[in-house]
Amino acid sequence: MSTKPAMVSVRNLTRRFDVSKPWLNRVVERLPKSILTAVSDVSFDIPAKETYALVGESGSGKSTIGKMMVGLLTPTDGSVTIGGVDLSRETSAKAMDAARERIQMVFQDPYASLNPRWRVRNIITEPVAARGGDTTGLAERLLEQVGLSAEDADKYPHEFSGGQRQRLCIARALSSNPRFIVCDEPTSALDVSVQAQVLNLMSDLKTDLGLTFLFISHDLTVVRHMADRIGVLYLGRLVEEAAPDALFTTPRHPYTKMLLEAAPKLDGFGRETEPPTGEIPDPINPPKGCAYHPRCPLAQDRCRSERPVLRSVGESRSACHFAEKLVAD
Amino acid sequence: MTDTPVLSVRNLVVEIQTRHAVLRPVDNVSFDIARGEILGVVGESGAGKSMTGNAVIGLLDRPAQIVSGEVYLNGRRIDTLSPSDMRKIRGTGIGMVFQDPLTSLNPLLTVGEQLIETMREHLPISQSEARERAVKALEEVGIPGARERIDSYPHAFSGGMRQRVVIALALCAEPSLVIADEPTTALDVSVQAQIITLLRRLCRDRGTAVMLVTHDMGVIAETADKVAVMYAGRTAELGPVREVLTRPRHPYTEGLMGSAPLASLGQTRLRQIPGNMPRLGALPQGCAFHPRCNRAQTACRRDLGPTLAADEGRAACWFPVGATETAKDIA
Amino acid sequence: MSRFTSAWQSDFAWKFRRSPVAIVSFLVLMTLVLGAVFAPLVAPYDPFDPGSLNLMNGFTPPMEPNMFSGEVFWLGTDDQGRDVFSTILFGMRISLFVGFAAVLFAMLLGVTLGLLAGYLGGWTETIIMRAADVQLTFPAILVAMLIFGIAKGITPVEYRDQMAIWVLIIAIGLSDWVQFARVVRGATLVEKNKEYVQAARLIGRSKGAIMLRHILPNVMSPVLVIATISLALAIIAEATLSFLGVGAPPTQPSLGTLIRIGQGFLFSGEWWILFFPAVTLLMLALSVNLLGDWLRDALNPRLK
Repeated sequence: MSTKPAMVSVRNLTRRFDVSKPWLNRVVERLPKSILTAVSDVSFDIPAKETYALVGESGSGKSTIGKMMVGLLTPTDGSVTIGGVDLSRETSAKAMDAARERIQMVFQDPYASLNPRWRVRNIITEPVAARGGDTTGLAERLLEQVGLSAEDADKYPHEFSGGQRQRLCIARALSSNPRFIVCDEPTSALDVSVQAQVLNLMSDLKTDLGLTFLFISHDLTVVRHMADRIGVLYLGRLVEEAAPDALFTTPRHPYTKMLLEAAPKLDGFGRETEPPTGEIPDPINPPKGCAYHPRCPLAQDRCRSERPVLRSVGESRSACHFAEKLVAD
Repeated sequence: MTDTPVLSVRNLVVEIQTRHAVLRPVDNVSFDIARGEILGVVGESGAGKSMTGNAVIGLLDRPAQIVSGEVYLNGRRIDTLSPSDMRKIRGTGIGMVFQDPLTSLNPLLTVGEQLIETMREHLPISQSEARERAVKALEEVGIPGARERIDSYPHAFSGGMRQRVVIALALCAEPSLVIADEPTTALDVSVQAQIITLLRRLCRDRGTAVMLVTHDMGVIAETADKVAVMYAGRTAELGPVREVLTRPRHPYTEGLMGSAPLASLGQTRLRQIPGNMPRLGALPQGCAFHPRCNRAQTACRRDLGPTLAADEGRAACWFPVGATETAKDIA
Repeated sequence: MSRFTSAWQSDFAWKFRRSPVAIVSFLVLMTLVLGAVFAPLVAPYDPFDPGSLNLMNGFTPPMEPNMFSGEVFWLGTDDQGRDVFSTILFGMRISLFVGFAAVLFAMLLGVTLGLLAGYLGGWTETIIMRAADVQLTFPAILVAMLIFGIAKGITPVEYRDQMAIWVLIIAIGLSDWVQFARVVRGATLVEKNKEYVQAARLIGRSKGAIMLRHILPNVMSPVLVIATISLALAIIAEATLSFLGVGAPPTQPSLGTLIRIGQGFLFSGEWWILFFPAVTLLMLALSVNLLGDWLRDALNPRLK
């Protein structure tokens, strides 16, 4: 783990959702309660001014973690500590509010994340206005900071393209002077050429303003470009954590390895590889032991019964009983 | 090539009449797909790639309509057919795979019923024969326990399995052309790899021609034989996939390849194309790409880029990348 | 001026100009509404001024000179010699006022409850929506009659006629809030999961502020459509209640009251006393309804 002091610290984070049918149906159809564990015992640290990325496929719990880290969801178990304030246990409303002012989020869908009936000026200054702050000239300054023009302040969101809207979302996130920004798939709805613009903007802001990022994505290539450290999630569990280059050159978990091999390559002309087998299991009844064992080529009896813990393997952390063996292969 | 191509599109123009203006989402597009060949149509949103696919299969929604150009399937002109003849062609001659597998399956019929119905409509076979073939078709697309699952409804399948069913459905009447419109966009990476491999294997085995519409350059690189890069309704570049992707001639293709995060490995900033794709109602005069192009010259601001024919020319650009050193010097 | 031109060129106005049904309905409705609003100026007689009434003028058929005074009344007169055309104009005033006010009341109530139910969920939602379900099992007119009856019971006799109109408004409004609440709740459920609402929650906006400033503006288009269609229903409901004798008092006759009065003469040959108010009511309800239908299509993004 990194030795730098952590700005954000996540410990044993767990979130369960009750997805049971209504009480009456359960009684009539004699169904048990069904509990979906979206996030299970996840711990990691983000040092100040670094970008930590969470990657995973659908159902991996990456968005749920993001929402818990900004306080949109409360953890069932475990804690999120940001700048020394434990978001779910802090009792002082003042300290809590001060902490939340420093946390912001950029969402996935640039079409749904801006109120269509509001003018851009009001949208991007809302975080400040809501706290009674001074917003004179703020909208203009923010717009220019994200590469739009000050005249755009009086337009409505529908007058902007997807990429420009994502710039607006970034402007809103910046307005309250945050220290920590969670980006939930910020470019997955954008075209490649526009994605590059938005990613560059975020890199620039990171260096200029000294921001700390949590970057959530399903796209390994984007993550590799943006992150200082990457966590790989599978079915709500953190299965591997490593620096980008280490992750790509020496994956320490068979799932990471599979993801890397399955991603289409720009130079993979006529590539003939055996595609991965199986699909992501039902999160309501996850496999016993290691969640990945039904798809894993290395699976042994131990994997079917004992859930591996995340442990240090070289410079990385991996939750695989046979992480050392994987590297040897 | 001496064979007639399976699909031949010549100077296809699609227009939409709106209140304010006439828009051209597809403008003078030509290409051929031979037997067993996969043509990747790539472009960003609004480039007209899906509209091209829909025009080929006669599924344009009003007010969009083909105003000129020709579409030939196995040498037979199909863009002038009546809607009912076209429907027949869509069943037997052309199979379709769309982005969202749920919308292409009827939720009220079992998977087997849909396969059997489609097959019997187009092939002279009995009910029991069709059922046997349906089981075989499901096994072919890799559905485990096909014989038991044939009587399940679509909702009982996961996203990836549904897309497999859709592929089985598209191929069961043995069409000579499959149009796949973003078939893997809604799927996870691991499942996407499975579906792509499957689609490629089936089409190669049967000699089916495939028009693969997608925004993902990686998918194109791994799957397609030929690629057409579209920008603002026109073909910007057309050629063998390895050529186009490794040595792009059109500045747009170059920018597109360059802005993929992998291309800038180890650098702090990604290469980016400035600006946005223009809206169809507000295309700039001349080459639609010129405001974003670092090679643009007077000719580009005045004249539309050269129109690409199906079999000659690579890039619809007056000053293609790597053509001459002088062009580069000017830029 | 420029504002007017830009409004005229908007998509909305364009759709309006392309729909003959909408244009005709709008013209009919505007004529009726203007006639009602300016009734004191438009009406040739004041039907409520006992001094101007002449019993001798009673039962004059339309467009025929009265056999005693020789006066001609366009739409004839009723048993008391009141000009039917004038009573219709004044009656429409009451009908429209009750209709608008009742819909406004129902809208305020329904939108508020729907927002609360949709956004807060849990027990709030259960209580509000079950109440709505229960109310839906009774015909609206029964609910209105019930409320009207209770209100009548608790108001002192001397205020009854004065209060009748307001009681009518509350009765119709209370019987009509359910559909507003249901639609707003549904739309709120959709909106509250959108990311712009999450963004507002994230910065610590209060629930009230999110509901009022963020969600409300985005659920108003279906509300407008229902409001229009409800207006037609409210006008009819008012007419029904008045026809049944539990609505507007004869001192302040609405269209429904006029129809009730008129039906007594239908079989004795004086058809016009019933016919003209009834046709007016029909035109009023129909034009509002057609306009509402058109509005629903015009505001529906999926039908664009």
